Amino acid sequence: MPELELTINGDAYRLEAPIGRSLGEVLREDLGFTGTKIACGEGHCGACTVQLDGVPVLSCITLAHTVGTRKVTTIEGLRDHPLVEAFVRADALQCGFCTPGQIVSAAALVAANPTPTNEEIRHGMAGNLCRCGTYPRIEEAILSW
Amino acid sequence: MVRLIRTEKEVEGRYSEQWILVEEDALDQWPAGPLETVGRPAARQDGLARARGEAIYTADVQLPGMLHAAVLRSPHAYARLKRIELAAALELPAVRAVIGPADLDALTDHAGYPGAPVAAAAADTFEAAQSAIEAIEVEWEVLEPVLDPEQAVAEDQLTQPARSYERGDVEQGLAEADAVVEGEFRTQTVLHNALETHQSVARWEGDALEVYTSTQFIWGVRNEIAEKLGIPGDRVRVVCLYMGGGFGAKNDAGDYTYVAIELARRTGRPVRCALTRREENLATGNRNATIQRLAAGARADGTLTALRGDFVNSVGWEGWLAPTAGPMQMLYACDNVRTVEQGAKLNTPPMAAFRAPGFVEGTFGLECLLDQLAAKLDVDPLELRRRNYAASDSLGERSYSSKNLAECYRLAEPHWERRHEVRSRSEERWRRGVGLASQIWFGGGGPPSYAWVRVGSDGRATVITAMQDIGTGSRTAMAQIAAEELGLPLEQVEVVLGDTARGPYASISAGSSTIPSMGPAVRSAAADAARQILEIAAQRHHLEERVLSLKGGSIVSADGGSWPLETITGLLEDGQILGKGARGPNPAGMRVLTFGVQVAEVAVDVETGEVRVERVAAIHDVGRIVNPLNARSQVEGGIIQAIGHTFSEQRLLDPQSGAVLTQTLDAYKLPTIADVPEIVAEFVDVPDAHLTNLGSKGLGEPPIVPTAAAIANAIRDATGAQVRSLPITREEMLRALAEERERRSAGERERVGASSA
Repeated sequence: MPELELTINGDAYRLEAPIGRSLGEVLREDLGFTGTKIACGEGHCGACTVQLDGVPVLSCITLAHTVGTRKVTTIEGLRDHPLVEAFVRADALQCGFCTPGQIVSAAALVAANPTPTNEEIRHGMAGNLCRCGTYPRIEEAILSW
Repeated sequence: MVRLIRTEKEVEGRYSEQWILVEEDALDQWPAGPLETVGRPAARQDGLARARGEAIYTADVQLPGMLHAAVLRSPHAYARLKRIELAAALELPAVRAVIGPADLDALTDHAGYPGAPVAAAAADTFEAAQSAIEAIEVEWEVLEPVLDPEQAVAEDQLTQPARSYERGDVEQGLAEADAVVEGEFRTQTVLHNALETHQSVARWEGDALEVYTSTQFIWGVRNEIAEKLGIPGDRVRVVCLYMGGGFGAKNDAGDYTYVAIELARRTGRPVRCALTRREENLATGNRNATIQRLAAGARADGTLTALRGDFVNSVGWEGWLAPTAGPMQMLYACDNVRTVEQGAKLNTPPMAAFRAPGFVEGTFGLECLLDQLAAKLDVDPLELRRRNYAASDSLGERSYSSKNLAECYRLAEPHWERRHEVRSRSEERWRRGVGLASQIWFGGGGPPSYAWVRVGSDGRATVITAMQDIGTGSRTAMAQIAAEELGLPLEQVEVVLGDTARGPYASISAGSSTIPSMGPAVRSAAADAARQILEIAAQRHHLEERVLSLKGGSIVSADGGSWPLETITGLLEDGQILGKGARGPNPAGMRVLTFGVQVAEVAVDVETGEVRVERVAAIHDVGRIVNPLNARSQVEGGIIQAIGHTFSEQRLLDPQSGAVLTQTLDAYKLPTIADVPEIVAEFVDVPDAHLTNLGSKGLGEPPIVPTAAAIANAIRDATGAQVRSLPITREEMLRALAEERERRSAGERERVGASSA
């Protein structure tokens, strides 16, 4: 099986993974980073969002072998980000299954634009679905982090 | 002394009777309004764990040696299995077991809907399991599916006998009416799409079974499995520590659980059976479509004289008849009501409960009809609803345990008053309007439900009960209730839940019942612990118990003495104080219901049919609010889900084959953050004086009930157009606008004709 080298949350990992294995599967199943959730597995919902060099990507449809030297950031690498507290304070989660993906997306958003407007938040977060409907709270969390 | 009594239990409008034990020393309710902890906003206790990705959901459970299952499903809406050959699949590498209809009840050789489970395989990886089911040789006899609910009803293909209800004389009521309105309303099939798909991990340890499952009812799953497998309930442990959404579709064990259990038994290894998103949208239930033919009659002043409804629910291959006629029977005072509900048996995936099943659909039809009536009589829609206010239970024989719908209407006035200003902002192309709709639903919960409260020598308390928090915040609410009773800061209370092996029986998280069922049990357990603490303190300090109370983490005496709790509990060193509590019965002879009203503001582009919801104000009466922060989130979440139901969500079937066309989240459109209007949530927040030691009803479902109707009525206010089916697609909106233009020009021609004559 082909070898794979990844930098995840600042740490280097080396493993074997078949061609075609998604980054999401590698993170969750091979390395135990279960904070990243897979909810649709085909790039429609945003639950699996991670960052590659700070850019949010859908790990369920990103092939692990295409990551290369780009640095992977998962929710585990953002646990102390002030957005996490802001989400809890604003009650921006209910079941919480989409929340890690929401926070990873939001962290990329505020890294590029620390004080986004409501419109910018809605634009930047529209790819992260939440079936519980916490959207108004998410907006508040990103406005108030 | 405990008393054994027979009492009634209600979940989602389905009543059953059962025996329960009641303690004699019922607690008095707390006063209304915010207390020390209850009634004040509290951040979710598990918020950080969920947000940081530390919470272990069923989807995250990884056990040593765990295999993965895949399920072969019927590609046909209706077919009989002529031949199935499992051997080739079993020969593939990494495949450990393959089972078919002969091996497990949950698998079928008679597929009544597309996606019916037929066979399953367990393999080292999910991919290998998928390869295995692809290698299963199957020969089908494809049968002609029945997909049209009206055809099914005409041919008497029903899932159960028609359900009829009648009071008074509807024909006479219609004859006495000054105005009669009629309408046919349709609602679509809606898919739950919880983000965590249905899934279970099963593991055998000798004859004991451990099941990790994404469920709304761990105890129910435990009992169901035990009964099905014929093993004692205490040999089945069901765990769901964190749950990724259910909305009614995860009330039972489900075939995937039995697949995991059987494959685990055959392989001697843990097995995960997790549905893909596509399977989720095929075979895990839905809010069934309805056809509603309705009529209402009223006197000139708006007093209803008759309500009549014929309802067809597209139940699917299996399922139950949700109470679509419920709102018509229960919402208003009307002497003459007749409803008939029929469940069409179709070759479509079975329905499942979905957040206020029946009432969401029925409220859309009824509340649109009421506005049709208001327009015809030229009566203000809010006034029309007040005029037909039901002061006592419309179904007769009972009184309400509490009803503050009138107060909801009063609180709605400022929102309703905005209609003049909203309408005035209409432009040539974008027309604006305001509509409202009332809400009625169950949500009283019931016994039995139990909790324990342990207080350690460090003065910290732990609530232990085998309930589950499906994301509603019930864990936090239980901690608040225990903290209040024990006079402890919220940070000193933990809640242990989600494991049938840890704690007593707890009720289902469905039917808006978790807080009303579990809250009183937790309070009662905390009170038992508090009593024991005060007994100990009284002996230690040579005081009478009655002068002592618990407050702010201390034991306080009436004469001003105060001792930190741990100075008393600490005496016990490793000793533990254990309080036990049970949920008492619901008030006899009373109907426990929730009420509310929502006011929606919309803008309609009359050229393209685009509709934008600009604001929704929601006022609900669910008794005491335990956590205003989570309560607001429930309301927002319900309304947002309703906005999806109203505009974008619809399961589509191929009309010939019955294949489900909307299996992905690309094809099936959930609302996004960009679709959300301004939402205002208000509560009456008055405890139900007759309901338990807490006075709280449930809030999970009420907010989703009236939204679609309020939006449709706002559209009517903006444009005069009557939408009749959900979702309100552009097509439906343009149809309604064209119908309205036609109606107006016909009226114009009539007037011109009359004046020229």
